[in-house]
Amino acid sequence: MTDPVLSIRNLTVEIPTRHGIFKPVEHVTYDLHPGEIRGVVGESGAGKSMTGNAVIGLLDPPAHVSEGEVWLNGRRIDELDAEDKRRIRGKEIGMIFQDPLTSLNPLFTVGEQLVETIQLHLGLAASEARKRAIALLDRVSIPDPADRFNQYPHQFSGGMRQRVVIALALCTEPSVLIADEPTTALDVSVQAQVLDLIKELAKERQVGVILVTHDMGVIADTTDTVTVMYSGHVVESGTTDQILGAPTHDYTKSLIAAVPRPHTKVERFPMVSYGERERTFKIDDLAAHWDKTNLSKTGKLLEVENITKTFLQKGGLLPSQRQYFTAVDQVSFDIRDGEVFGLVGESGSGKSTVARMIGTLYPLDSGRVIFDGEDVTAMGTDALQAYRRQIQMIFQDPFSSLNPRMRVGDLVAEPIHHHQILSKAQIGPRVRELLDWVGLAKDAWRKYPHEFSGGQRQRICIARALATQPRFLICDEPTSALDVSIQAQILNILKDLQDHLGLTMLFISHDLPVVRQMCDRVGVMRQGKLVEVQETDSLFATPEHPYTRELLDLMPRLKQLA
Amino acid sequence: MLSYIIRRVAQSALVLFVVGLVAFSMFRFVGDPIDNMLGQERTMEDVERLRGQLGLDQPFPVQYVKFLQEAVQGNFGVSFRQGRPVAEILAERAPATLELAMVSAVFAIVLGIALGVFTAIRRGGFAANFIMSASLIGVSLPTFLIGILLIYIFSVELGWLPSFGRGEVVDLGWWNTGFLTASGLKALILPSITLGLYQMTLIMRLVRSEMLEVLRQDYIRFARARGLSDRTINFRHALKNTMVPVITIIGLQLGAIIAFAIITETVFQWPGLGLLFINAIQFVDIPVMAAYLMMISVIFVTINLAVDILYAFIDPRLRVSA
Repeated sequence: MTDPVLSIRNLTVEIPTRHGIFKPVEHVTYDLHPGEIRGVVGESGAGKSMTGNAVIGLLDPPAHVSEGEVWLNGRRIDELDAEDKRRIRGKEIGMIFQDPLTSLNPLFTVGEQLVETIQLHLGLAASEARKRAIALLDRVSIPDPADRFNQYPHQFSGGMRQRVVIALALCTEPSVLIADEPTTALDVSVQAQVLDLIKELAKERQVGVILVTHDMGVIADTTDTVTVMYSGHVVESGTTDQILGAPTHDYTKSLIAAVPRPHTKVERFPMVSYGERERTFKIDDLAAHWDKTNLSKTGKLLEVENITKTFLQKGGLLPSQRQYFTAVDQVSFDIRDGEVFGLVGESGSGKSTVARMIGTLYPLDSGRVIFDGEDVTAMGTDALQAYRRQIQMIFQDPFSSLNPRMRVGDLVAEPIHHHQILSKAQIGPRVRELLDWVGLAKDAWRKYPHEFSGGQRQRICIARALATQPRFLICDEPTSALDVSIQAQILNILKDLQDHLGLTMLFISHDLPVVRQMCDRVGVMRQGKLVEVQETDSLFATPEHPYTRELLDLMPRLKQLA
Repeated sequence: MLSYIIRRVAQSALVLFVVGLVAFSMFRFVGDPIDNMLGQERTMEDVERLRGQLGLDQPFPVQYVKFLQEAVQGNFGVSFRQGRPVAEILAERAPATLELAMVSAVFAIVLGIALGVFTAIRRGGFAANFIMSASLIGVSLPTFLIGILLIYIFSVELGWLPSFGRGEVVDLGWWNTGFLTASGLKALILPSITLGLYQMTLIMRLVRSEMLEVLRQDYIRFARARGLSDRTINFRHALKNTMVPVITIIGLQLGAIIAFAIITETVFQWPGLGLLFINAIQFVDIPVMAAYLMMISVIFVTINLAVDILYAFIDPRLRVSA
């Protein structure tokens, strides 16, 4: 085997805090060979990104490397001064960040940013740098690179921008590339393209790649070797097949068990038990408040008939100059009592718009929404209020969907106040009951949202949604901002609610394995149209529409999983 | 883009109309101009006759419509006090105010941005903390007090700079300027600092907080990861992004500089529009007040319109979608 291009030995990062020294990375050791793609997995806060930042010298003070060595091409780089480290950054080590929408400066053209980096590190003349930049854009498969060179980042789609970022990271032929969650913000199909590009470039240019991710599908499809991290430590390293197929450490085992399988359906998700205390949910108490005999008259709780929504895309003085974008185009489906109906599709396909139209957050341009036999679009104020009480929403981002200035107890109590469901004296106990049901500690109601982790916040959102005793729950990507292990917990809560309370759900996701686990029937959306609706099992076994087949093909195989 | 500009111009016209209406409705509370114009020996007939001549016996909406009809043709009437056309008086006074405003605006913008960037980059350093504390003085002291303090120090005690007036002025025919003589330039220093100090501290604090926000963005981290030098990152990548929101405030403040010139001009006896307006209020010189207020609102509205259009040049994202 060749010598490693990058070698991390016993690396420890320290952050001094008021409560003593915190070590987000402790005694981390791994090697990276030319052309190798090494996946680094673990939950958020496990120290994956921090290790990368320490290697490249981008730690935010007061964080600093306190112990260990970093060797790049046989040269020790952790002891270099700031100026020498800066010279290595971008020249010998390239970096890609998670969100391509924010990693490019919006006020400079793509070409300016490329030329700037090339000139800085290689000292080429402007025309030479330009030629090289265009060749690179061409290499990362950007069509018409010479024209695109002069465009601004906002004129590129998310996937295209990530290609530009890759071009920027590779423009000086570095020997190491650190990719920090490079595809987390991208759609499945775009994700596959970007990962393929990284794979090709790694082999073609013999670049060693560190791929930081929490997505096991990405690991399985892309990496050669894997390092598993847990709370600052490396718990296990090995080849991808070995880690996924025969994990030895308990944490790795439980983490892999929590990954939703695309091909078989399980009743409950296995929890990551390592270091976590599993809570029991006293769901039966909760069920006492629900009237489960309240079934709809037709057997269909919600019917959606030909709903359409267009948005103004380009304003104009004259109506003829205005351009509209049809976000949802003649969509019809129905959801039966107690069913979980999934909607899948890429971003921009109109899934969330459908959810918002059902939730009366957007008015319909045409079509009808019928809830329990009643036409929502024709409802008066009082009836609409009653309807809104029956449906509740859970949003994707638990960080922005809770008002940071309100106590958790008040957040959950608000819908009860608003719909005047209980008397003042009854509200407090009910709120505490709800928070207890979703598995939060007794004193949670007194705290503010920022005191909770992402998974706990999503539980607060669920408690809030349940406060009005709804019959219908709209979950818009409820777990896509969460780690695998937290995702498993949240999905289990939702499954329990559905089983015990007879809740009907609209479950929106772009993650097909999750949809497979959660949903009874699935609708596939593309460019505002609903292209196919099938029972979940038959959709995955015999997809009818070509687009559905395409989506299923892009799904990570995870063959190696034990 | 064109429809955007047309819409903004239409909105601006509406704003001007409403400002004029409000101003006119308030003139009635300032006092009765007839009292000042006729001496002690007046008779009731004289008063009624003059009132009729000047059109002051009509309800204010009628007066306003008449004023607008004349104003759009460039005729702002005749000053009650001086008996000369208002347009002529304004044209005579405008250069003094505009030169003062221009110098203090340049002072406020250049120093404000420079200090803002400095305090953002050297955040927490001794010099930065000192500037931030000192800037509180600029924000909290009233303009007239700063003017009086400066006069006391530099004119009375040190005797370096004049305490009032414009100094020697050169008449260029259509414009009289203080830029071309030493005494004219000297006379500009104290009033400009007085007028611009508040705006300068405001711009500085705004630039600092915006810049700190921008420095936290991903594209700055990515720029660091590309190995760009701190200078390139701070002055090329961060500063341009900082300027987008700052420009709006600067635009509003430029209007404010001209409007707030009233106080500074009074303190320094600066022969500009502000002093003219103060004198007009004392004499209830309605044509001068009306013309002055309309002119100030035209300046405000024009600057804001210019700022909105300037946005599109700085931020490419607005070019397509606006």
